[in-house]
This record gives sequence, structure tokens and C-alpha cells, in this order.
Amino acid sequence: MQGVGAGAGAVSVLATPEEAAAQSSVKSLGPAAVPVTLTVNGKPMKTAIEPRETLLDTLRSKLDHTGAKRVCDRGTCGACTVIVDSKVQYACTILAIDAQGKQIQTIESLTANGKVHPIVPAFVNNDAQQCGYCTPGFVMAAKGFLDKNPNPTYEQVKDGLGGNLCRCGTYVGVRKAVLEAAKALRGGAGVKGASNA
Amino acid sequence: MPNYSWPPMNERKVMGKPHSRLDGFAKSSGRAKYPSDVNREGMLFGAILTSPHAHCTIQSINTSEAEKMPGVSAIRVTAPAGTEIQWAGAEIAWVAADTEQHAIDAMRAIQVQYRALPHFVSEERKSQAGTRAKPAGEQTTGDVDEALKAADAVAEGYYAIPVLAHSCLEPHGQVIEWKGDRMEYWPSSQAVSTVAGDLAQQLKIPASQIHVSMDYMGGGFGSKFPSDIWGAECARLSKDSGGKAVKLFLDRATELTIAGVRPSAYANIKVGGKKDGAITVWQSESWATGGFTGGGMPPIPYIYTGIPNRRLNHAAISVNAGGARAWRAPNHQQACFLTFAAIEDFAAKIHMDPAEVLVKNLGFTARAPLYERQIRLAQEMAEWKKLWHPRGDSGKSHIKRGLGIAMSTWGGAGHPSECRVKINPDGSVELEQGTQDLGVGTRTVVAMVAAETLGLTVPDIKVKIGDNSYPVSGPSGGSTTVGGVSSSTRKAAVHALEELFQKVAPSLKADPANLEAVGGKIQVKGDPSKSIGWKAACQKLGVSSISATGKNDPKNPMGLNTQGAGGVQIADVSVDTETGVVKMNRVVAVADCGLVINPKTAESQVLGGVIMNICGALMEERVMDETLGRVLNADMEFYKLSGIKDIGEIVVHMDVHPDNDKRGVIGLGEPAAISTIAAISNAVANAIGVRVPRVPLSPDHVLTALYGKNMERSRA
Repeated sequence: MQGVGAGAGAVSVLATPEEAAAQSSVKSLGPAAVPVTLTVNGKPMKTAIEPRETLLDTLRSKLDHTGAKRVCDRGTCGACTVIVDSKVQYACTILAIDAQGKQIQTIESLTANGKVHPIVPAFVNNDAQQCGYCTPGFVMAAKGFLDKNPNPTYEQVKDGLGGNLCRCGTYVGVRKAVLEAAKALRGGAGVKGASNA
Repeated sequence: MPNYSWPPMNERKVMGKPHSRLDGFAKSSGRAKYPSDVNREGMLFGAILTSPHAHCTIQSINTSEAEKMPGVSAIRVTAPAGTEIQWAGAEIAWVAADTEQHAIDAMRAIQVQYRALPHFVSEERKSQAGTRAKPAGEQTTGDVDEALKAADAVAEGYYAIPVLAHSCLEPHGQVIEWKGDRMEYWPSSQAVSTVAGDLAQQLKIPASQIHVSMDYMGGGFGSKFPSDIWGAECARLSKDSGGKAVKLFLDRATELTIAGVRPSAYANIKVGGKKDGAITVWQSESWATGGFTGGGMPPIPYIYTGIPNRRLNHAAISVNAGGARAWRAPNHQQACFLTFAAIEDFAAKIHMDPAEVLVKNLGFTARAPLYERQIRLAQEMAEWKKLWHPRGDSGKSHIKRGLGIAMSTWGGAGHPSECRVKINPDGSVELEQGTQDLGVGTRTVVAMVAAETLGLTVPDIKVKIGDNSYPVSGPSGGSTTVGGVSSSTRKAAVHALEELFQKVAPSLKADPANLEAVGGKIQVKGDPSKSIGWKAACQKLGVSSISATGKNDPKNPMGLNTQGAGGVQIADVSVDTETGVVKMNRVVAVADCGLVINPKTAESQVLGGVIMNICGALMEERVMDETLGRVLNADMEFYKLSGIKDIGEIVVHMDVHPDNDKRGVIGLGEPAAISTIAAISNAVANAIGVRVPRVPLSPDHVLTALYGKNMERSRA
């Protein structure tokens, strides 16, 4: 039996971008890099990306916002969690070009301008981290969850943070951290200006 | 000879008190820079072409099209025509390009013709393994046949625990940049002080040319010791691209396919003994794979090594799949599951409480009094008397609750380690060590030891680790780190303090040997009225800092660290006999430990060990496609890790008391990560009345055990 390797002679059944553009009134971008402006943590940032690039890769490689991590790269593990227009999202499932004109909030915003969002110290206090690679995603998921559920029960925390995975086994600390942060937020500690998105 | 002994338990000011990890804020704020976060000016990205076939030869490989692709700066072939490939995912060629997309495009444009060859990937089917099964030779003690005949009861069972993937969240890989003949190397590694030497050997260059930096790393679990072929090829791609930095990390599918697995284990086991619970005989026929080179026998019977009549047969099965790497407590989970499931089945056969069978036979273990104390404590914490019931006697509801118990053993002595402590004239203290913090809290622990020794607080100590220009410290494996780094730090700090005492003694009109460092002061022992503040004391150094080193020598740890940790865990589960879903209610973990430096991170280690093995018990399994010979679930949707809701409640008891404290520091990352799988399997058997022979305890495997669907006693 003769096999063929990963790159050999792939046959495209799709129209080329040029053909697609000719058939449609929709403006076609790429395949080469195109200029984009992304509003990250309230700040417009310009870069050039290929249209196929995910928001996650753009944040990490082009904009040096490396808090969001690339782990599964297909919307399963939550390590790349960001908040886009108040919605918790996996940055690996969004194309960067589609994120233009939207408010993109990353983990870096939680400790910007000398203000610290209470979810961050809550994770430290409760040792809700070991290697820490899943942690920024968890922190952002927790922030998005608390934005919508300011007074959660323990059971709701377990449901609400179900979209993130950890390999070191920090879940017990995460549960406690989210409840502690909720309490701190209700007390109003340190939230002002923490979110500049 | 200075006195290095740990301060008495009740006199410690810093050690033994919970302390938040020093890098907690950096991690929780996303500011911590992992190797995969390193971005360099003009950095290139690497991509790897891997084999789609489990067994094949490379007929031809043509990179000419790929070389013309946009942005490509270097292409290398490591499996040229004629190479025989032994597993899917094996590396064939390497590309560096200006963007990651361009690197992947070029990788896909490399044309390879393969000749596929027959493969074998299903080691559970030992009877089909043919010459790929290598018997290890029988080990016999006593008279097994006679003991089996004489036994009041013999429990016979088939047990299977699969290959798992380490599934580190930060994949294996590195960034490498050449500056002239010097190389900057940012690996995701468990071995800051040794990985440069390993890479230098591959590249045939002096190790002194390689500078390693690694402040953080995203999980290793035993799989990240070597520099690997991707380290060497990343360095070569960088060199071929004029020294520009190259970032090369495995994608998720490749990570799960070739970056390390835990070996499987399968066994037909007989355990026999008397009606009163005394075990007299063990017979096992086991087999395992860890990849192309097969898999060794787990240490069975586990812990109960003194069973008088034993016959062990084992075969290593070679498969065409990515190879094994060390796994948090190598082979112990498998041994623990095989042993404690079989003993539990014997207990059920003679209608005895399995905890009593374990206690009855403790004479066959090396630590009978310790284990008995731990078993009783765990039983109390798990409400064993109230909740345990004879196997299967769990009521009429389709939700069945059960308890299961298992034990662990581990070494955990400190590895070779050197530490440098600097005391500066301005009073600042620096601690340098070529170690790494895998997330276990190493940074925090060494700062606590230094602060305790110098009479300071943790924030007074500036910890510098993760760099191979610092004093050499061992790789983090086998739970050896905390013992090693704490002992070397203690010694270095004692040495530095002695030098400071020499400088300060005249002003206090005291003998240097009669000084102590307490509460931010240097004072005459027991006389706080004759003291000098830390900063004032350090000013007496003039312009020269003190720089003192200390070493942990594993051959003579001087009482600072030791090995030998037992542990007992009890799992409490509910099983839905209609859906086969196992729900965790609770795990109780009694963790043996020596001296605990930071209770906060120590408890996290135990929790992590338990949680990792809840995944292993209920969800994880590498699934091979027998036809294609490829990993079917090389992603995170179907290679399942448990989530925050899946783990139930976990109750940890750190066995801190003076008798244990006297032993010195003992590593505990691994002992905590051993017995959960066996305990959960036993709890499920207790709940539903039959053994589910296969881990993971997925709905499929539970229902098969309950209703006999496609059930075969053994596939061997």
C-alpha cells in the first residue's frame, strides 16, 4: 500500500479567494496579511494579520498580550478566555478580523493602571493555581461569571466555571477564590477602574 | 561543623505557617512569562511534519515546493528516504518561517511518499501480539500451587488500566536564539540545570555556550526532562536562519501523541487466603506497553510485598505508538490499582470489610504501624463505619453509593542541590539556585527556609531560580525537589549567617558562636538587650557582600531530608446503574509527610494528586484506532480531563506531628497521586456489586460490567 503524506497533493474543492470574491459582492480580504485595528483593554492597537489568524494568536504573537494561553486551540479548555463586548469567549475560536470594532478585554486589564481586580488576589489567597498555565483563563472566566452572577452559591460556581480545564488540579482553590472574590466585589473593594475595557 | 538542624517545631517563625506562593500574583494576573510566551524581535515560528502512519518507510521526501513558500527561512529533514517510522506522529521534517501560518503552510507543502507497513497498537489483545510480546521470566517465591489449593478462598480477576497522556497544558517546546556562538534557550522544562547539557550533547557544542532561562513552566508531570529532538531541531532552524529566534512548540495533537504517556497495565490475578482475611498467595500474569519498547512490570503486589507465596509473570508488549515518559509516580498507580482491586475482590469473596483485610495483612508491608494509624484515621474521616456496606448491598435505588480504600508508598528524598545565599551591605538578601518551580511552590519554600534561618520575613528574600548560571540543582522528578532545595538553602543560609556573625560579633562584644538571628535582629543568644538590627548589622560588611553556598548531598542529608512516605485514600462515590455514570462524592486523603515547610502549597500538592487521578479513574484513556494505528483522541474534547464540577469534595489530612517532623523534609507530590484510582475502582465495586475491570470507570465500562454487554473475562 502506498500512502501519501500530510502535505502531498491536496486537492482543493473550494473556490480560490479570488474566485470567491468575483462571485460575491462581499469584500474579500487576504490571503496575505491585512491591516487591522483591535481595541484591546480600551486601547486601539494596529497590526497586520492574515484573515485566518485567530484572535488568540494575534494577541499572543502580534500584540504581546500573552496572558491568554494556547492549549487546546479548539474551544475546549478555556485557557485563552477573554471577554469580548461583555461576553466570555474563547479567543481561539474567534478570527482576529472579526474582533475589530469590539471591546476586547484580556487578563492584563485586571491589573492595569495600578488597580487590581479582587479576583486576582482571591486566586492568590486560595492557592487557586499551581503551574499557572490555565490560571489566566480561569480568572477571566471567573470575572465574566461574577459580572453576571454577583452573588453565586457554591453550586453555581461549579457550574459557571465548567468551561475551563486544569491539569495540576487546582479546582478546590478556584471554587474558594471565586466565592471570596464575589464577597470582595459586593464590598466594592478595589473594583473601580479595574476594568478599563 | 555548623549546626544545620531545623529549628524545633514549636520555635519556627516562618516554616510550618501557611504562606501564599510568591509567584501567585504574577500567575493570576497573566503577567508571568512562560517559555511559550517569549516573543523576540524578528522571531520565527517552527512547524513539524509528522508521520500519518503508525509503521512505514519513507520512500521519498521532496522539500523543493515548500522552500519556495512565503516566509520560509529554513527546512530540515530528519527522517530521509529509507527511514523506518515506528509510530504515527514521529517527526520527519522541520520548517521555520516568519509566521506560524507560513510555517504550517510550508510544512504541508513538503511531499512525502510513504510505504505503509503492518502495525500493532492494541496491547490489551496480548494473544495477538505474537513476537511483539517479550516475556520477562517467571518470579516465584514459596509454593504457589500448594497455597492456592490450601486457601479457603481464591479471588480471580482481570484488571486493566490504560495508557494515559501527560497532557501538559503548556506543550513541549522552546524558543531558541543564537547570539554569535552563544545560545539563549527558553525551554519548558523540569530540569533547568541539566537541560543545557542534554541539548549540547545533541548539538555537539560545549554546554557552556547555552544559557537557559525559565521563570515559569506550564506542567511537566515527569515528561519534560530532556531537551528532545525538537530542542535540537529548533536550535538548528535558528542557526540556519542566521541565528534569529525560533519558537517551536508542539501543537495539541502532537503533544498528546508523542510527548509522553504513562504505560498501561493488564493482569489476570489470583489472591488466596484464609477465611479470617489472612492472605497466603498471589499469582499474577501481567502485560503492559509504554510504546515501541514495551512496558515493564509494575511493582506488584504493591506494598504487600511480603505475601509468602507469589508467582509473577509479565510480558512487555511493543506497539507502534508514541513512547512512555516518567509519569508522576511511575508505575505506582498501575501497581496500586492491580493490587488493591485484587485484594478488595478477595475481601468481598470472604465477605470481609476490605479495610480489615488490609490491616490484618500489614505484616507483609514495610510500615505496619504507620499504615494502621492512617487507615483508621482515613476511615474516621470518611465515615467508613456509617457508610461502608458489604459489596453490592446498597439499596434498591438505581443510584448506588459505595466506599473504597487503597494505600500508597513513595521515596521522596532530596536530590543533589546547591544554593547560594548573598547578604548585601544594604541588608538585602538574594538566593540563587538553578532549580525550577513546576507549580509546586519551590520559590516560596526556599524563601521561607532562608527567612527562617536568617530571622527575617519572606518578602526580605529575593529568590532567583530558573537560570542555569545559578548553582546547580537537580531536575524535578520523583518528588525530590523540596528535600533537595530546602536542605541546600538551609546550609547556604547558615553559612552566610556565620560570616555575618563574624563581622558583627565585635560590636556586640560577643563570641560569634553565641549569636542568633531572630525577628530581624542579630542578638546574643537569649539576651535581646544585646542586639543589633539586621540592616545595621549588614552595614558592617562595608562594601563587600557575603556570598555563601550550601549543598544537599543525598548520601548524607544530615537529617534535613529523608525518604519514605506512606498514604491512605478512601473514595466515596455514587453510581447510576441506569446510565453508568460515576459521581464523586468525596475523597479522603491521609498524606504522610515529614516536616512540612509550607502547609498551603503542600495541601495543594495533595489536592492536585487526587484530582489528577480522579481524571485517571473516570475519564482519561488514550484510544488507538486499530486500523489506522493512530491516536483517536489526540485533542482535549475526547482526551478527557475532569472539570471543576467532576471532582466532588476532597478532604486532605496532612499527617503533621512531631514524630513525622523529626524525619525532616520528604517530597509529597507523588505519594498523593497514587492510590485515588484504586480507591475509586474499589468504591464502584462496593456500590454496584461487581468489579469494573477496566479503568477508566466510564459509563461504557460500568454498564458492560453490570450487564455483561460484550463482556469478556479477559481478552488475552
